[in-house]
Amino acid sequence: MTAVSEKIPVTVLTGYLGAGKTTLLNRILSEPHGKRYAVIVNEFGEIGIDNELIVGADEEVFEMNNGCICCTVRGDLIRIIEGLMRRKGKFDAIIVETTGLADPAPVAQTFFVDEDVQKSARLDAVVTVADAKWLSARLRDAPEAKNQIAFADVIILNKTDLVSSDELREVEARIRAINPYAKLHRAQKCNVDIAEVLERRAFDLDRILDIEPDFLEVADHDHDHDHHDGHDHAHHHGHGLKHYHDEHMQSISTRLDGDVDPSKFMAWINDLTQVHGAKILRCKGIIAMKGDAQRYVFQGVHMMLDGEPTRAWKPGEKRESKAVFIGHDLDEAAIRKGFLACAA
Amino acid sequence: MAEPPAALTTHVRNFALGAAPVLAAFIEDMPAVALADGGVLLGEPEALRRIEAHANGAILSAIGDGARLLTGGDDGRVMLLGADGQTKEIAHEKGRWIDALAMRGQNLAWAAGREVRALDSAGALKTVQAPTSVRGLCLLPKGYRLALSHYNGVSLWFPNAAAAPTTLEWKGSHLEATSSPDGRFLVTSMQENALHGWRLADARNMRMTGYPGKSRSLSWSHDGHWLATSGADACIVWPFKDKDGPMGKAPRECGVRFSRVTRVAFHPRALVVAMGYADGFVMLCRLGDGAEIRVRDASGSPVAAMSWDAVGARLLFGLEDGQAGLLTLPV
Repeated sequence: MTAVSEKIPVTVLTGYLGAGKTTLLNRILSEPHGKRYAVIVNEFGEIGIDNELIVGADEEVFEMNNGCICCTVRGDLIRIIEGLMRRKGKFDAIIVETTGLADPAPVAQTFFVDEDVQKSARLDAVVTVADAKWLSARLRDAPEAKNQIAFADVIILNKTDLVSSDELREVEARIRAINPYAKLHRAQKCNVDIAEVLERRAFDLDRILDIEPDFLEVADHDHDHDHHDGHDHAHHHGHGLKHYHDEHMQSISTRLDGDVDPSKFMAWINDLTQVHGAKILRCKGIIAMKGDAQRYVFQGVHMMLDGEPTRAWKPGEKRESKAVFIGHDLDEAAIRKGFLACAA
Repeated sequence: MAEPPAALTTHVRNFALGAAPVLAAFIEDMPAVALADGGVLLGEPEALRRIEAHANGAILSAIGDGARLLTGGDDGRVMLLGADGQTKEIAHEKGRWIDALAMRGQNLAWAAGREVRALDSAGALKTVQAPTSVRGLCLLPKGYRLALSHYNGVSLWFPNAAAAPTTLEWKGSHLEATSSPDGRFLVTSMQENALHGWRLADARNMRMTGYPGKSRSLSWSHDGHWLATSGADACIVWPFKDKDGPMGKAPRECGVRFSRVTRVAFHPRALVVAMGYADGFVMLCRLGDGAEIRVRDASGSPVAAMSWDAVGARLLFGLEDGQAGLLTLPV
């Protein structure tokens, strides 16, 4: 077995057309961080930086197991990662840039499905770049843009200099209506700290410590916005946030005081993701299994589930179970009821 | 499970490769190992020469025919290496990766993404586009005909004919492609932990399933009656003697251990198969009675490359971590 630390981290960079993915990529490659990145892109020529390891990809989305829609993977990615591993030791991380219209799910599912990919690489995070000026409109007319926001672990809200503070709050509220759990960073020309983008370990079960919404932690890189002085922005968001409900895409957070029954829970979560997996984009949970001294952590992408016991519950720590689901057209009442019925 | 007591371990000369192997081969009786770091090691373990076949590149694909070694790199180059250690650049696909290669007689073929080129002995270069990226190539034994494996099937192409390739369809992603020595059957390994075969005469499908992992190493017996395969905790050997191939028949299992078989190589003259495992173990198994002989004890990383010489007197193998061995069978 390869230890987690030896696996090459893979960051997936998504974002609708024109949001600024290439700008972010150029920033990552040009900053003096001393790291070497292998970059998988769709179009050559856009990257202005001379980087030895740039690989062109065709985004070949394959169905596995004879056509199950939830078992789609990026076939080209399997091939390219296998090829890149021939240069193991010559680079530190892989960045996959997807096309503006891409669904991030097949990329993520590739890391759940392919044994060889799993052996050598690990999915680090899905990073979505969004255009502050146009995202609200795209969320109305482009399902791809909504998917990318819903799927993200990190959202870079770019071009904030092109909108007023009201518009900015509006678009942030729309993002939060879909995905309150991603880390949200404001940026201009993608001027976000690279550490906020790479090495996030968002899919590492040991690192899923909590799944509280990120409302109060909007990181602000708008230092030249005169009406945002940086000192009051937490306060500002705490009170000024608008609330929206997206018609189709939603996040559901459920909580249960005390322990769950392991066999009831496993049956329920497996059934839920098998039956409704097409609608569930992401799920995560921290579960107090009856009789287990360790926290059980799970996460999933559509029908793919991954879970294991992680650290022990600390003395005095409240044993409670929490799960969140991000998806479209979810039956919120049924999910809550089903989760509560798993109580031990 | 007890390891077989009979051993040839003292007949192995161990040596270091300095990089992960991509292919083990013999060039006119000289051991040769194509390496991931772009080099090729040529010669006896005590007198190795390193040839920089792909300077500053990585070797992605390699194939040998006993007289020459063909390598494809992520530098876009296709290089041909002879026993004299001289390399010749066959092609340079700028900015592309050479993902797959084929070689038969004087004919060569390579794939870069969806594009496939075939070069015949007269120097005629032909190009065809596959529907998706090509993962495997095989020049068929009869005629100048190339099989290309890709998503949802295999394309069969006559490079010197004007006709477009014909397609053998089967859902899923097809990886390696190999033809039985008599050219009756074509077999691919699949992303879905299975093999798929076609009888070329009538395109009849053959499914070979039940593998716990991908089967990436395929080797035909010298008489063409058996196909040895990796991907399980034993070497799975499918019968291809009858006109229906393995249909309705159970495969043989050789060398069952608690470790995945990663490479297989049939002896070129006898029904003996060499097997390399994920734990670095190597052994020989006789198909007739299942007799086993140890070649290398378990230690280190997966066996990643393995090949017999032309007469079956020597077996060359390499591990992912760069360890290698050359077995000389006692006379």
